[in-house]
Amino acid sequence: MDFLRPADWEEALAAKAEHPTAVPIAGGTDVMVEINFGHRRPEYLMDLGRVGDLAEWEVGEDCVRLGAAVPYTRIMEHLSAELPGLALASHTVASPQIRNRGGVGGNLGTASPAGDAHPALLAAGAEVEAASVRGVRRIPIDAFYTGVKRNALEPDELIRAVHVAKADGPQQFSKVGTRNAMVIAVCAFGLALHPATRTVRTGIGSAAPTPVRAGAAEEFLNAVLEEGGLWENGKIVTPSAVKRFAELCAAACDPIDDVRGTADYRRHAVGVMARRTFTWTWESYRGARRTTEGAV
Amino acid sequence: MTAVGAPTGISQGSRTRGGVGESTLRPDGVLKVTGAFAYASDMWHEDMLWGQILRSTVAHAEIVSVDTSEALATPGVYAVMTYDDLPTGVRHYGLEIRDTPVLAHGKVRHHGEPVAIVAADHPETARRAAARITVEYRELPLVTDEASATAPGAVLVHEHRTDHHAAHVPHPNIVHRQPIVRGDADAAAGRADVIVTGDYSFGMQDQAFLGPESGLAVPGEDGGVDLYIATQWLHSDLRQIAPVLGLPEDRVRMTLSGVGGAFGGREDLSMQIHACLLALRTGKPVKMVYNRFESFFGHVHRHPARLHYEHGATRDGRLTHVRCRIVLDGGAYASASPAVVGNAASLSVGPYVCDDVDIEALALYSNNPPCGAMRGFGAVQACFAYEAQMDKVARELGLDPVEFRRINAMEQGTLMPTGQSVDSPAPVAELLRRIKAMPMPPERQWESSEGADVRQLPGGLSNTTHGEGVVRGVGYAVGIKNVGFSEGFDDYSTARVRLEAAGGRPVVTVHTAMAEVGQGGVTVHAQIARTELGVTQVTIEPADTRVGSAGSTSASRQTYVTGGAVKHACEQVRERVLDIGRRRFGSHHPAWAGAGLLLEGGKVVTDGGEVLADLVDVLEDEVIEVEREWRHRPTEPFDPRTGQGNGHVQYSFAAHRAVVEVDTELGLVKVVELACAQDVGKALNPLSVIGQIQGGTVQGLGIALMEEVVVDPVTAEVKNPSFTDYLLPTILDTPALPVDVLELADDHAPYGLRGVGEAPTLSSTLAVLAAVRDATGLALDRTPVRPEHLTGTA
Repeated sequence: MDFLRPADWEEALAAKAEHPTAVPIAGGTDVMVEINFGHRRPEYLMDLGRVGDLAEWEVGEDCVRLGAAVPYTRIMEHLSAELPGLALASHTVASPQIRNRGGVGGNLGTASPAGDAHPALLAAGAEVEAASVRGVRRIPIDAFYTGVKRNALEPDELIRAVHVAKADGPQQFSKVGTRNAMVIAVCAFGLALHPATRTVRTGIGSAAPTPVRAGAAEEFLNAVLEEGGLWENGKIVTPSAVKRFAELCAAACDPIDDVRGTADYRRHAVGVMARRTFTWTWESYRGARRTTEGAV
Repeated sequence: MTAVGAPTGISQGSRTRGGVGESTLRPDGVLKVTGAFAYASDMWHEDMLWGQILRSTVAHAEIVSVDTSEALATPGVYAVMTYDDLPTGVRHYGLEIRDTPVLAHGKVRHHGEPVAIVAADHPETARRAAARITVEYRELPLVTDEASATAPGAVLVHEHRTDHHAAHVPHPNIVHRQPIVRGDADAAAGRADVIVTGDYSFGMQDQAFLGPESGLAVPGEDGGVDLYIATQWLHSDLRQIAPVLGLPEDRVRMTLSGVGGAFGGREDLSMQIHACLLALRTGKPVKMVYNRFESFFGHVHRHPARLHYEHGATRDGRLTHVRCRIVLDGGAYASASPAVVGNAASLSVGPYVCDDVDIEALALYSNNPPCGAMRGFGAVQACFAYEAQMDKVARELGLDPVEFRRINAMEQGTLMPTGQSVDSPAPVAELLRRIKAMPMPPERQWESSEGADVRQLPGGLSNTTHGEGVVRGVGYAVGIKNVGFSEGFDDYSTARVRLEAAGGRPVVTVHTAMAEVGQGGVTVHAQIARTELGVTQVTIEPADTRVGSAGSTSASRQTYVTGGAVKHACEQVRERVLDIGRRRFGSHHPAWAGAGLLLEGGKVVTDGGEVLADLVDVLEDEVIEVEREWRHRPTEPFDPRTGQGNGHVQYSFAAHRAVVEVDTELGLVKVVELACAQDVGKALNPLSVIGQIQGGTVQGLGIALMEEVVVDPVTAEVKNPSFTDYLLPTILDTPALPVDVLELADDHAPYGLRGVGEAPTLSSTLAVLAAVRDATGLALDRTPVRPEHLTGTA
């Protein structure tokens, strides 16, 4: 195994172009586990530790540009207002030590359906900034996950950053594991309300070959909210509609039975999390509306 | 949260500082917390090689061929060995039955069985070379459960058995079977107003000690070997290692290295023989360290079990009879299975009075991973079932479950199913009373002024509920565990104690072969020496085989037995020093002639406290050294047909109350509080006692809710050999653990003490499960209970 240590981003892209099989490593929280267990023996390992700007983030007018190697701890500490869903998801990643090293770029690079960041990125509608010596492109998150542990990156591309719109409404994230901390997801669910566009977006983790959105559920709920004028009047969503939304989220799953849980449980749990996270966000939205109106 | 209340005063100190009864601090405590402690895996030797084991990828197969040529040709490889390279005719080992091949021969019997070993100058080279060994397997039918083990024409896991259990077992795939019959269960069943039956299934738990198996073997100039090893019993290892190496025991010199937990998983050999073989073959030191993956294959697990129970009771709440059948899966090799069977059978009724019982316990040979010793040792599986039954019977009778237990609670003098009288305090009813009387944690404890605190809710930081679906449940359980080795085993310990004057002060040195695996034996032994010899400065020498056996660090026995040996040796030292004193100073004071002289604070004193002499003046240049073996009361084997016999030394009792919150929609559980009351006879070190109780309690919680080695029922392969998928409770899963310690002396034991370490692991599991049943109304007949079992999605 050869170890590549590019000094900056240009060198990293050149190295990746020259050695497309090179596996980039930043925090190492995923790659090193695979190497230590002998699951993976890459020909080249490329350490991105010297590429400083990968660990930086910029908060723009509407959007956060999050460096691929910004540790989860930083996201929790500094971006919980802008990216509440991702911050909640970051909180559920492993242990403090792992959160100090791991970042979103690793989750995206590995593209495991169990990655904790995915449901939040799907719900927020993120874009992945992929770069190569050929140039830079932005891949919408909906097009990023292409198969089990596969993504839309070309062999010469590296993930430089993720662009996530600043939250324009409440966001939530829930994850089921068999213990109360430091656990890999049995399944997970992210949900974001986007009042600006009058839409709800979702993300489901560990319940299908890839992270997925519950498209039919979103459409159903968007229609319910639209038809009732609920974004404007802030009324409650009927329990039957919430129940239907939850059922459609469960139906969006395509899970397997494995040592972490049964397919039936995953479907069931995604439904419960969908109902709860929507209820929390909608109550929060209604509360915020009332506060705003009160202030006026 | 720790409450200590005891009628006899748990923190009573001795008159010598740091003596028995004080919470002296562990010498290894700060080192371990700061990461400075040297564990076995930290050892290093100049020029050392790294050993690696090649393990089977299938569970049951004939070995058609093994080709090591490519591995041998790998640069950096010094040796590759298979069964054919073993140096003597002794090629098997085992705790009781020597049925385990050092390296597989002819066939493999479980997934992960060692087939070949490699030594190389780098661990990675050793791993790669091992991977280049080609093994051709021809797969055999699998034995995976009782049905496949005893079906007509079942394949035999071990053909041609010659062990001492072979003659009395009903089938060669049964390692050992112990029936216990007392009274007349059939007639008693006729008196029962209610009869309750149940079938229960207990999952395979792993010891999951955090320091994986490791050792360093250094070849000696005399053709022998020095082995530095993390183990639970040096001399048991030695007895098994030396014959395979073809060496006399005095040329296999063993020293305990830093042990990172054990819980029974280091009673069997792991890589001891392999490291020695490679060191002797290459003439170089060889270090072996398992990684976590290999550790799951490198030691025995807790027996999974299927248990069938029938309890009868009269309307007024008295047990009429108990019938039960406990089938333990011992896996491919015997390990401690026979003794686990004896425990499961003899403790199968629990701490209750019942004169009419019909009991059968057995362990299977199968192609599942070998199972053996783990904290609680057969008593855990039984407690899980009999306590579930006690709840069921109470419900059937409309009685409070604690009251029903109290009515049937055993006490001193009660006869066990084996006919043995419990001849020391058995405060079962009192423990139940105490646990029930403890204040309850507040309702809706997760609510705070800022909304729901998810850390206090099921799911924790995973943010799955803000209170929705959450129901509280409360459960109680009590258990009984034997202390020490049973069934006629010659269970002794050896201690060497030296007293001398150094630098104008008396100093004591204690040398035993006791394995300190984290239990705190070194702390307690120093306390005993201080108390007995009145000397503050006590040095505990490293454990090794230059002194006689200290027996195993298991069965809650080390404070009792090796502690007893230290006490006994100290008493001999004290007699010797008093003899010297009488010789030198007897004429100075009449009290020298009397009895009841004590050593306290470095002086010889009368029992009235009058100082007769300084120890240093008595000793002058004399060095007093005594080595003594010490035994607890002998036990008897159980009768092979009736199970009758005084098989156990001592019994210990603990009771738990669990308070849980269950997210009934997602099937997630938060244990809010897990309170324990335990009788410890005498707390030699109260802090350590509470640590043991809390640790055992949490290990029991793990069984209830998450810990299970999952074995594929079709392939017998282990599915989750990692800490990603074998889940241990984290600190966020660990509730408040109030402990109430009772000290009712056992007059047969040193200082009246009662072994502490295992009892809390028994009732903890069932208390948690009872609480989850209370919250959900579900029957829950298996452990661990996973979310799918609580949501109807299994």
